[in-house]
Amino acid sequence: MLDVSDVHTYYGDSHILHGVSLDVAPGEVVAILGRNGMGKTTLIRSVVGFSPPRRGRVSFKGNDVTAWAPFRRVERGMALVPQGRRVFASLSVRENLDVARGGTGRWDMARVYALFPRLAERAQNRANKLSGGEQQMLAIGRALMSNPELLLMDEPTEGLAPLLVREVGRVIAELKRAGLSILLVEQNLPMAASVADRVHVLNRGQIVYSGRPAALLADEDVKSRYLGVASTT
Amino acid sequence: MTVEFWIVQTFNGLSYGALLFLLASGLSLIFGVMRIVNLAHGSYFLLGGYIALSVIWRTSTFPLALLAGAVAIALVGIGMERLFLRRLAGQTLGQVLMTVGFALIFQDLALLIWGGDPYSLPLPSWLQGVVTAGALRFPKYRIFIMAVAVVIGALLWLALDRTRVGAMIRAAVDDAEMAQGVGIRVPTVSLGVFALGALLAALGGGIGGGFLGVYPGLDFEILPYAFVVIIVGGLGSLPGAMVGSLLVGLLDNFGKALFPELAYFTLFAPMALILALRPTGLFGRT
Repeated sequence: MLDVSDVHTYYGDSHILHGVSLDVAPGEVVAILGRNGMGKTTLIRSVVGFSPPRRGRVSFKGNDVTAWAPFRRVERGMALVPQGRRVFASLSVRENLDVARGGTGRWDMARVYALFPRLAERAQNRANKLSGGEQQMLAIGRALMSNPELLLMDEPTEGLAPLLVREVGRVIAELKRAGLSILLVEQNLPMAASVADRVHVLNRGQIVYSGRPAALLADEDVKSRYLGVASTT
Repeated sequence: MTVEFWIVQTFNGLSYGALLFLLASGLSLIFGVMRIVNLAHGSYFLLGGYIALSVIWRTSTFPLALLAGAVAIALVGIGMERLFLRRLAGQTLGQVLMTVGFALIFQDLALLIWGGDPYSLPLPSWLQGVVTAGALRFPKYRIFIMAVAVVIGALLWLALDRTRVGAMIRAAVDDAEMAQGVGIRVPTVSLGVFALGALLAALGGGIGGGFLGVYPGLDFEILPYAFVVIIVGGLGSLPGAMVGSLLVGLLDNFGKALFPELAYFTLFAPMALILALRPTGLFGRT
């Protein structure tokens, strides 16, 4: 589905990603963990094409998409739930979903409203009037509107109350059951571990750990060194 | 100062504002979507006027002249965006310098083709004369300008606010990168908006040719007004361009009528004040 190989990405002169490689198989959920500033968002930006890598290759469904414009990748079946939600502030909820409509498949506005009934209630509201949790639902719903095969999610639980974190976890599990491939960037280790098939830990632009979630949860050394999780005794 | 004075000056200010709206609405949308400060926008206005002039000399058909000027300049805009500005995407300074370069080239080109004499666009008989209301006399042509601006403004508003393409344009104004990230073909949207902006400016130039005239230097004379409009109204906002145009039209007209020696002051002082209180303009997003 997605194959990222030896990607080096820069912001101006600063070298952020130092040869990152990973892949996501069809129907698989892969989580990227790591502290702030370690390159997680840059990785997502490299995959979707906002910050194309200077070296390395991103292939998606068998195409080398490294130099493709972001909208072409979306048309081909990628979708993004960006960090900070980035809903279109001056558009209504309905319009936010409508402008992202595309592809063929099970997702349309009615399905998104069924998944997030709260959005249906607020369909005519402008997106900047929504609460943080509602904006997150809208960002996820908007990504689904293009009927993606691969969903890129960048910290979907950031800044959400515990109840909403669980809600987002439930939605991700549901999307996974529906067969969607997901590349998930998270700070919330328990949430990521509960939905992911595999996890990678990113540190200073390099992958320093790859494995099963259960193995990572048990690895106190990696957790305290790279995730800032104090070892529990 | 009589009531008549105020009515007539308000009327004149509104009609000038209507003309400014045609120029500024496109400039504002172009900036909103592409973040390009298009300093060649005044040239579109001027060239639209000149082309209308040439067409009317040959055909004597006023609507055809306006249309020809608008369409020709829309094509010029498409060429500029596709072949030149797009190559400098994201490089603000390079783009501004390029639009200045185009503006200077257009200026010389216009001088070469149409010479240095000022012209006035000949009006068809149905737009000549005045409408009288008691002691008041309103030129028909200025009423026509306002009608055109109202129709164009309504169409733009409907298209932007009520259609999916309009929502895509607004999404690109909000966050162009994320708009691409949901699959919107932002390069195509940008091209369309640029062409539309050029078309409206040229239409404004053709219409303006009937009362401002068409003459060398008009391009750089009118450009600051358009910028004041969109800075006061808020960059990228259509309602902002509407309100800003009327405000600037009125301020300019009353300034010139009441304190002719302070005309620039009465225009730019309120702009400075609005900017100080609302740096993003009246309708701008923060």
